[in-house]
Amino acid sequence: MSFGSRWRDKKLFVSGTTSHAMVGDVFVAPLEVSYPYKRTVGILLSRFFTSLSECRLEGTRGSDGRVYFPPAEFDPLTGEQLSEWVSLSDTGTVTTWAWQSTPVEGQPLAHPFAWALITIDGADVPMLHAVDAGSPDNIATGTKVKVRWAEDRPGGVTDIACFDIVGGAS
Amino acid sequence: MALRDIAIVGTAQRPSEVNSTFTSVEILLPVIQQLLDKVGIERSDIGFWCHGSCDYMSGQPFSFVAAVDAIGAWPPIVESHVEADGALALYEAWVKIQTGEVDVALVFSNGKTTSGPIDQILSLQTDPYMVAPLKPGFDALAALQARACLDAGVVTERQMAEVASRSRRDANNNAIAFTKGNESVEELLAMPYTMNPLRAHDCATPVDGCNAVVLAAGDIARRLAERPAWIRGIDHRIDTQRLGARSMIESSSAAIAAQKAGVGNDRIDVAEIHAPYTHQELLLRNAMGLSESTHINPSGGALVANPLMAAGLARFAEAAESIFAGSADRVLAHCTSGPMLQQNLVCVMEGE
Repeated sequence: MSFGSRWRDKKLFVSGTTSHAMVGDVFVAPLEVSYPYKRTVGILLSRFFTSLSECRLEGTRGSDGRVYFPPAEFDPLTGEQLSEWVSLSDTGTVTTWAWQSTPVEGQPLAHPFAWALITIDGADVPMLHAVDAGSPDNIATGTKVKVRWAEDRPGGVTDIACFDIVGGAS
Repeated sequence: MALRDIAIVGTAQRPSEVNSTFTSVEILLPVIQQLLDKVGIERSDIGFWCHGSCDYMSGQPFSFVAAVDAIGAWPPIVESHVEADGALALYEAWVKIQTGEVDVALVFSNGKTTSGPIDQILSLQTDPYMVAPLKPGFDALAALQARACLDAGVVTERQMAEVASRSRRDANNNAIAFTKGNESVEELLAMPYTMNPLRAHDCATPVDGCNAVVLAAGDIARRLAERPAWIRGIDHRIDTQRLGARSMIESSSAAIAAQKAGVGNDRIDVAEIHAPYTHQELLLRNAMGLSESTHINPSGGALVANPLMAAGLARFAEAAESIFAGSADRVLAHCTSGPMLQQNLVCVMEGE
């Protein structure tokens, strides 16, 4: 068999099936680009993602007494592993915000919204999320907001669909 | 252990462009050749090569390996790559020369920033569980920082517009810069918000570009350059990756790096600061303790041309050139990386 005919065989074969095989005297394997592995998210994120899928907020307490939400697995100041969990309410306060006037696909909302760092009531360190404020005139640093849960909650930060302004965006 | 005296002895930069159709090799090759010609050395004189670039921008793992074609790998060379700005590659080369293994190093970096939606690509650098799934662009994260600074009175919108106005004017005198203009502060303040509280001119212009510098030790540096830019201090510090856990209104990593690099030991004539957003220049000036007498970003800075992964090394090139020209005696070069000034590298250079 000439090199030319082997090459043609290989091309035909690869496009037609996904299993390994011999083509003449050449062993041929398919080219499938993928990452065929799974990973565990670890002790802290497992508990955190489970609590979100059950519509509960839980943070962890750092070495200086500050409560982190989302929870920190390791203390940002000392690197120590954190283990004290704190239950939190689903309301919080905007500490800074920015206005996304043209949302990009995959962001929390498809219409204009505010990005905000939000300190959940009972926590000390703010988190990033979106606020469905309607207009930049409805939001300011200090605005009170409340979690809007996603209908589908597979366990992740997007189980929180976004935040709503408490009392509604007027 | 006594540190070796190491200096930048030559620089070369490619003028900024957008939507370049050239490969990384095609844009690097002429710049590296130009630099070797300028310094008057051959490839065989280089003991160490170090490259800074980012595979995420080309969307292909190990794409940086292709760039070796721009420097030639035969006869065998000693080379390294950092998945970071070329300024970090310079830091690695400086350490390599400190070990005494080599005396001359060539550092180069490139970024084809306009090949894709860079604002979104950069959000892949954030926490993969807590932040990246929300897909915040870097402009949005910088806007959160800017709002916190405005609320705290650390900066004003007028000061931010002043930074933009000055940078765009200075860019008129820089062939490598991209965004140029003569707008007054009032004209800029009248522009609409793009990512409230940021306006378009508050955000750096993404461009494609590349650059290279040669480092040399001791008497070799004196032989290769009339007035080498001697590195007197260099330091790199990183703030926590948790966006909410670090101060929005000051940069502690920049302050520590500046102190360790010896910024405050004497006056600084020229500071080339890598600030992709106007409020970040103001934050960095405060953090590094720069006075009114320091000339900030005479090149126009990264605001007017931000080739990602090359914009920091460009600051080193610009600062070193002012030493070569004799227009400054003590200069500062700075590089940042990550969202909201997460990482900061500060270097002080002096003429003899």
